[in-house]
Amino acid sequence: MADDPIMAEDPLTGDEIELPADVEVGEIIDSPVTGAELEVISLDPVVLEEAPELEEDWGE
Amino acid sequence: MRIGVCYSRIRRDEKLLLTELRERDHDVEKIDVRKHRFGVHEPPAVFRDLDVVIDRCLATSRSRYVTMFCAAHDVPVINNFETAEICADKVANSLALAAAGVPTPRTEVSFTKAAALESIESFGYPCVLKPVTGSWGRLMAKIDSRTAAEAILEHKETLGHYEHKVFYVQEFVEKGGRDIRVLATDGTPIAAMVRSSDHWLTNAAKGAETEPFDLDDRASELVAAASEAVGGGLLGIDLMETPDGYTVHEVNHTVEFKALDAATDVDVPARVVDWIERRVAAGIDAPEVTAS
Repeated sequence: MADDPIMAEDPLTGDEIELPADVEVGEIIDSPVTGAELEVISLDPVVLEEAPELEEDWGE
Repeated sequence: MRIGVCYSRIRRDEKLLLTELRERDHDVEKIDVRKHRFGVHEPPAVFRDLDVVIDRCLATSRSRYVTMFCAAHDVPVINNFETAEICADKVANSLALAAAGVPTPRTEVSFTKAAALESIESFGYPCVLKPVTGSWGRLMAKIDSRTAAEAILEHKETLGHYEHKVFYVQEFVEKGGRDIRVLATDGTPIAAMVRSSDHWLTNAAKGAETEPFDLDDRASELVAAASEAVGGGLLGIDLMETPDGYTVHEVNHTVEFKALDAATDVDVPARVVDWIERRVAAGIDAPEVTAS
């Protein structure tokens, strides 16, 4: 039987959104509602926050 | 193995790496560096009993300091502080390549608008002005005229962080609309691709098209030399093709490999973890003998 989908509240809109089954803490999710980047803060409970803005020294 | 993965954002690359490590039953400790304090007298508790730390910090500043603390406290880390210090700074990167005799674009550094203009005029137009720290092709300027040069330099001098007053001016290389990204471990190529674009910037992050690339002997030789020049490790080495042969413009130390994994038939995370396992087994301070 498939696992229950991982649901979370979009912190910007309050909408309930579904996360990928293999989601990781620290991962960035594009909100299906607004397109905004959301960071996965925890999975138990599932908490999302608006992701940090791009910084100048980010990259590889 | 007990493996600490330092991060501040889980990109697709980190996810591929974490998945591969877990599938091999390694004990993985995710270390969000934003949540830790790094004391000068002893390492953070989270570093204890780790066989190796993998630095995957997205922010270059954090990568430099995390690896610095690892070095200070004898915590094995991939990549090491020496490599991070060189690769984090385009000036250090270029100096290392030049010192090793690796072909690299002509570059001058200056600290004033007037001196930078002299460099630009001596290279001729177009030429390139790059920030000394940065990635993904951001804040790169292809300068086509003196008026553009004056404007860009004035903006950087007036608005910029102090690092933007270090003017890194480089000849413009006609690269045929593409460059080559090679992922290498201690100088041995794992996979390579070309990145093509109509834009003068051909970063995958800028949307360049990618396809696999077969390295010839000369390219492999330069990959090995470039890796050794910056201290070895898990690296992304960027080359351009010119009528005079390859030139290496940059080596990246927190290399992203999702585009390579998608563009080639190589199982990139598996090959990376193969190498990590060998490195840890051999002792992390003993880089593998570079392919020649």
